[in-house]
Amino acid sequence: MRLLDLFRKNRPQSASIAKERLQILVAHERMERNSPSYLPKLKQDLMDVIRKYVTVDQNDIQVKLGRDGNNEILELNILLPEK
Amino acid sequence: MARNIVITSGKGGVGKTTTSAAFAMGLAKKGHRTVVIDFDVGLRNLDLIMGCERRVVYDFINVIHKEVNLNQALIRDKRCKELYVLPASQTRDKAALSVEGVGRVLEELGRDFDYVICDSPAGIEHGATMAMYFADDAIVVTNPEVSSVRDSDRMLGILSSKSRRAENNQDPIREYLLLSRYSPDRVSRGEMLSVEDVQEILSLDLLGVIPESGAVLDASNKGIPVILNAESTAGQAYQDAVTRYLGEDLPHRFLEVEKRSLFGRLFGG
Repeated sequence: MRLLDLFRKNRPQSASIAKERLQILVAHERMERNSPSYLPKLKQDLMDVIRKYVTVDQNDIQVKLGRDGNNEILELNILLPEK
Repeated sequence: MARNIVITSGKGGVGKTTTSAAFAMGLAKKGHRTVVIDFDVGLRNLDLIMGCERRVVYDFINVIHKEVNLNQALIRDKRCKELYVLPASQTRDKAALSVEGVGRVLEELGRDFDYVICDSPAGIEHGATMAMYFADDAIVVTNPEVSSVRDSDRMLGILSSKSRRAENNQDPIREYLLLSRYSPDRVSRGEMLSVEDVQEILSLDLLGVIPESGAVLDASNKGIPVILNAESTAGQAYQDAVTRYLGEDLPHRFLEVEKRSLFGRLFGG
């Protein structure tokens, strides 16, 4: 350790910030990469069906593919408009 | 049948060509017939790092287009008789790298050589995907820096989906991590991702850690692969990496801060 470093002890360690940011980003990007290629098409089809009955915005429908142990979970979140 | 090794990274400037030159020379020095191919069509630089830039007459694209024989384009290294260089074209369009053409050249080389090293261009465009398509092994060169680690992870995704092995449901490409420009000093001060950090994020087998070293620039200035500089830490680290690639278990070196004198420690230097 250099003498000057004694005065810089309280500075956050940027390497640990880098690691944390990368872990989150890489996990997210891997998830997207490994999601099946039919997902966007499925999302579109689901939206078309829903829109037959209610008017919802594109952004009010979220399709997410997750994993819980050995089970893959397709999560569909639709925000219905207030009456 | 030769083993095809792609040297890849996604990000530019991390040391792909330096690594390609070092690995090719290292394998050849150990007696394996080796050829190193530059896939960076339009921006060739491997010839310069190998020190054979003035001997380039024909190139990879000439061979793909059947304008010349493979033997006319291969440049034999003057320092090691087992080593050959196949330079990239400086002028042609990279679209000339067709799957059929590259496959045919690699097959022909495969009959003659033990190892074919494919030096990939940066990015994920055509040249980069062609360099990795026929690979058996991949060496992912990464710097301990956020953008490089992220790009390496993207390359791993492409390696596992867009290669001949993936398409034919063969055994997957063997992937190795080569961490370069490593500075133990900065790691100890918490300013740089450590080997363990990068390995934990990418979960790859560690082939080697190349310390930041002035010898790399010096070697490129002279056109001598840095692995031939046996006195330098980078040269030794590359030699270790080649030995490890060939199956020998060696401990990793140059990961700790070098011991300095009290004077040096007090005032930095």
